[in-house]
Amino acid sequence: MTLLWIPLLSLLGSIISSMTGKLTRNQSTGLTLLTPVIALLITISLAPAVFSGEVIRETISWIPLLGIDIAFRLDGLALLFVFMILGIGILVIFYARYYLSSNDSMPKLYAYLMLFMTAMLGIVMSNNVIQLWFFWELTSISSFLLISYWWYKAEARNGAIMALTITGGGGLALLAGLLLLGNIVGSYSLDVILASREIIQAHDWYEVTLILILLGAFTKSAQFPFHFWLPHAMAAPTPVSAYLHSATMVKAGIFLLARFYPALAGTEIWFILVSLTGLVTLLFGAYVALFKHDLKGLLAYSTISHLGLITLLFGLDTQLAAVAAIFHIINHATFKASLFMATGIIDHETGTRDMRKLNGMWRFMPYTATLAMVAAAAMAGVPLLNGFLSKEMFFAETLHQQILGSMSWLIPVLATVAGAFAVAYSARFIHDVFFNGDPIDLPKQPKEPPRYMRVPIEILVALCLMVGIFPNIIVNDILTAASFAVLGEYAPKFKVALWHGFNLPLLMSAIAVSGGLLMYTQRRYLFKFQASLPSLSAKKGFDDTVYAMVKWCQRKVKIIENGSLQRYLMLMFAVVLLAAGWPLFEMSELGGQKQLTPIDVHNAIGAALLMIGAISTVIWCRKRVISLLMLSVVGLMVSVAFTRFSAPDLALTQLTVEVVTIILLMLALFFLPQDSPKESSSMRVLRDVGISAALGIIVASICYALITRPLESISDFFLENAKTGGGGTNVVNVILVDFRGFDTLGEICVLGIAALGIYKLLVNLPLYMPVSDSEGRPWAKERYPILLASISQSLLPLALLVSFYIFLRGHNLPGGGFIAGLVTAVAFILQYIAHGSHWIAERLTINYRKIIASGIAIALFTGVGSWFFDRPFMTTWFDYFDIPFIGKIELASALVFDLGVYITVVGATLMILASLGQLTTNAPKEEVTV
Amino acid sequence: MELLYASCVGLLVSCGVFLILRSRTFTVVLGLTMISYAVNLFLFSSGRLSLNQAAVLGTSTEYADPLPQAFVLTAIVIGFAMTAFVVILAIRGRADLGNDHVDGQAPNRNKNKNKNKNKNKNKKVKA
Repeated sequence: MTLLWIPLLSLLGSIISSMTGKLTRNQSTGLTLLTPVIALLITISLAPAVFSGEVIRETISWIPLLGIDIAFRLDGLALLFVFMILGIGILVIFYARYYLSSNDSMPKLYAYLMLFMTAMLGIVMSNNVIQLWFFWELTSISSFLLISYWWYKAEARNGAIMALTITGGGGLALLAGLLLLGNIVGSYSLDVILASREIIQAHDWYEVTLILILLGAFTKSAQFPFHFWLPHAMAAPTPVSAYLHSATMVKAGIFLLARFYPALAGTEIWFILVSLTGLVTLLFGAYVALFKHDLKGLLAYSTISHLGLITLLFGLDTQLAAVAAIFHIINHATFKASLFMATGIIDHETGTRDMRKLNGMWRFMPYTATLAMVAAAAMAGVPLLNGFLSKEMFFAETLHQQILGSMSWLIPVLATVAGAFAVAYSARFIHDVFFNGDPIDLPKQPKEPPRYMRVPIEILVALCLMVGIFPNIIVNDILTAASFAVLGEYAPKFKVALWHGFNLPLLMSAIAVSGGLLMYTQRRYLFKFQASLPSLSAKKGFDDTVYAMVKWCQRKVKIIENGSLQRYLMLMFAVVLLAAGWPLFEMSELGGQKQLTPIDVHNAIGAALLMIGAISTVIWCRKRVISLLMLSVVGLMVSVAFTRFSAPDLALTQLTVEVVTIILLMLALFFLPQDSPKESSSMRVLRDVGISAALGIIVASICYALITRPLESISDFFLENAKTGGGGTNVVNVILVDFRGFDTLGEICVLGIAALGIYKLLVNLPLYMPVSDSEGRPWAKERYPILLASISQSLLPLALLVSFYIFLRGHNLPGGGFIAGLVTAVAFILQYIAHGSHWIAERLTINYRKIIASGIAIALFTGVGSWFFDRPFMTTWFDYFDIPFIGKIELASALVFDLGVYITVVGATLMILASLGQLTTNAPKEEVTV
Repeated sequence: MELLYASCVGLLVSCGVFLILRSRTFTVVLGLTMISYAVNLFLFSSGRLSLNQAAVLGTSTEYADPLPQAFVLTAIVIGFAMTAFVVILAIRGRADLGNDHVDGQAPNRNKNKNKNKNKNKNKKVKA
C-alpha cells in the first residue's frame, strides 16, 4: 500500500491546508508541508528498488467488467517525475509563504496547489490509461483554479479560461486516443500497452491514435500552434507559474511523449510530427522571448522554447536523444523554477516586472541577483552549469539524425540559431534587470527580500551547479533508471561528462554563445525590425473563435428552446406517440388470452364517476377552484379502484395523499391567480385535443393489451417468503420494508430532498397576496372558525391513535409507515387549518428538517445494524415474545425501519404544507383582512 | 371490465395531457396530477386485475401480485412530493417573474391587462 499513499497523502494535504484558515501563516505553511514531505520520504525509501530496475505496482480492482482498475506503478520515469513534483512542490509552498500578501487567502492557494500536486502524481504514477486521463483532466481543472487565483483581475480570468479551453480540448483528444489505444491492444493497462508495440504500430488506427495522443501532449506542453495559452497563464501568482508553468504541468505533455515512447515511437510519422513540431516551437519561442518586456513573458516564451527542444529530442531517431530529453527535463525544471522565483522576488520588492523600468538591481539586491544570474546562465547553456550539459547533448544528437533526408543538416543549424537566441534573451534577463543604468520610476524602493524567501532558489541554484559540475554523482542513477523506462533494453550506455574534448557540439555551443551575445548587443536593430512586423495576436483569434462559436450555439438553441413549456411538451409527446404507437401497428391482435372479468354495477358506477370527474376538470379548467374539486373526485375514485382490485394498502395511501394534495393545491391557489383567462386559439385547442386523444388511445390500448395477457410474475417468491423470511403477512409491506427496503430508503430520501427543496424555495419569497377572491368579495373576517377549532382539537388524539394502530399492524395487515405517517400529517394539518400556525408555534416547537433527518437516519441505521450480526445490509430480524396481559407479539427490526419511514413522511409532509401555509399567516394582518 | 379499466386509464391520460398543454402553471399542475393517477393505475394493472385477493397471507387462496402494489405505493408518495415541488416552483415563479405563464410569451401579449389587474387586486407583500 506504500505506493498508493503518495498521491493519497497529497490529496490529504489539500484537505488539511484548506482548513488552516484560522491559523497563522507559519502554521498554515507548516501543516501544508507535512504531507508532501512524508510522501517524499516514502518515495526516497522506494528509490533504491527502482534504481535496481524493479517496477513497483499496486492495483485495486474498481470496475473489473470494463477493465478499469485503480492501478499505480512506479518505474524510473515515474520516479523522476515524482521527485520533481514533490521536491519543487515543497519549495514552491515554502516560497509562497513569503510571496503572498496578507490580503490573499493562503489556505486557498495551498489547497489548490496540493490538489494540483495530487493530479500530477496521479498522471505520472498511473498504470491505467483511463485513470491517467482522469488525473490529466484534474490538472487542467486545478490549474484553472490556480491561474484564476486572483479572480478579480480580468486577465487572470481570461487566462484561466483560455488555458482550460486549450488543455481541456487537448484532453478530450487524448481521451479519444487512449480509448482507441485501449481498443487496439484490448486492455487499458499501461503495462500491456507498453508491451504491445508491434500490434499498435501495425494497426490501421495507428496514425489516428498517434495524432490524437500527440494533440493532448502538444496542447498541454504549449507546443506551436497551441502555445499561446501559456503566456496568458502568467496572470497566475508567481509561485504557481514556477510550479505549473515551468516544472510540472507543461511537462505533463512531455511526460506523455516519454511514457508512450516505447509503444508509439520509432515510426516515420512519429519522427516527422514530433521533431518538426518541436523544432518550430523551439525557434518560435526563443525568437519571441527576446522581445518580451515583461519578465514573466520572457520566461514563458523561453519555457515554450525549451519544451520545444525537449519535444524535438524525443522526435530524433536516436536512442541517446531520448536520454538527452530526460536530462533536459530535470535541468529545465531546476533553472526555470528558480528563475520564476527570482522574478517573483523582483516583482515583490519593486512592484513591477517591466524590463524597461527595471535596471541596475544589482545595487539593491546583489544576493538575489547572483542567484538569478547563475540560473539564467544555466538557461543560456553556459559551461559548469547543468543547462550546458543537456544542450551539448542536444547539439550532439542533432548531428546524428537523418529525419529530413538530405536536408537533415538543417536541424543542427537551426538548433544553433535557437541556441543563440536563448543566449540573447538570457543575456537580456541578466543585463537589463541587474545592470544597464538606473531604475526608472519603480512603484517601490527595491531591497533584498526576507531571508527565507531566497532559500528555495538557493537550493535549486545549488542543484544547477552541482549537476553541472559533478553530473555523474548527482543524476546518473535517476537518469539511467528513467532512460531504461523509456527505452527498455535498448537504452544505450552513456556517460554524462563536462568535458568531451574539442568537437562539433562544443563548436556549436561556442557559436551560439558568441552569436547570442552579438545579437544582444545589437538588439536595437532587431527590436526595430520586430516593431515593423504586423502584430499578430493569438488571443484575439482565440477570443473571436470562442465568440463566434457561442453565438452559433445560441442561435441553434433558440430554434428549439423558445421558453415555452407547451412547445417542449408537445415535441416530447409527439416523440412518445411515435415510439409507443408504432409497435402497436405491428401487433396482430390487441387482446390476449386471459379470461376477461365481467363488468358489475359497482365498477361501472365508479368508472363513470371517474370519467365525469376527469372530463369536468378539463371543461372547467379555467375556473380553478371548481376544476380542483373535480380533480379530487378523480383521486377519490382512483383510491376506490385500488380498494376494489385487491390493493387495500394502495387505497389507504391514495386516500390520505389525496387529502394532502388537495389542501396543498388549495393553498397554492391562494397565491396564484384564481382564473385562467382564455388564451389558446381554436387551432391550438384542436391540436392539443388531437395529441391528447391520440396519446390516451395509445395508452389505453397498451394497458388493455397488457392486462388481458396471462401473468408470469416473480412475486411468488415474495408470497412464499414473506412470512418465513420477513415475518409478516402483509406482503406489500414486507416488500417495502424488507425485500426491497433499499428502494424504500432511497424513496424516503427523495421525499426528504423534495421537502428541503421546497423549504429553500419559500425563503424570502416576495408574494402577491390577494385580498379578495376572483369576483372581488373580501375574505371572511373570521379566520379560524370556532366550530372547526374545537372539533379538530378533540380529533387530534383520536387521529394519532388511529395512525399508531395503522402503523403497528402494518406488517401483517394493510397499513404501515407510509400510511400512518400521512394520517398523522393530516391530523396535524387540520390543527394548522383550524388554529393557524402561530397557535401551533406557541404550543409546539418542531424543527421539521431535524425530523426528516432523524427519520432517514433511523431507517439507515436499522439497515446498517445488520452488519453487526454479520448479515448483509438491511437484513430483517424478527421473533415472537410472550408478554403478560397482552399475549404473544412479534417484534421485528423491520418495524424500526418502518418507524424511520413514518417519521420521514410526517416530517416531509408537514414541512411542505406548514411552510406554505405559514406564508398566508405571516403577512401583515391589515393587508389580508381588509 | 379490463376494457373499462383501460379506457379509464386512457381517458385520464388524455385529460392530463390536454391540461398540461395549457399555458398557465396551475393547469399544468392539474395535468401532472392527473397523469400521475393514470401512471399509477397503469403500473398497478401490470399485476393484472383481481377481486378480493388482497396480498395479505391467510385471507385468501390466491393473491394479487404484491410487487406492483409496493412500487405504486411509494410512487404515490413520491408523486405527492413531486407535485408539491412543482406547485411551489409555480408560486415562486409567479412571485419572481410576476406572472404564471409557461408559454414563454406572457409579457408581450398580456402585459398591460395583467399589470392593471395586479395593481388593483393584489398587493405585493414581502413574506
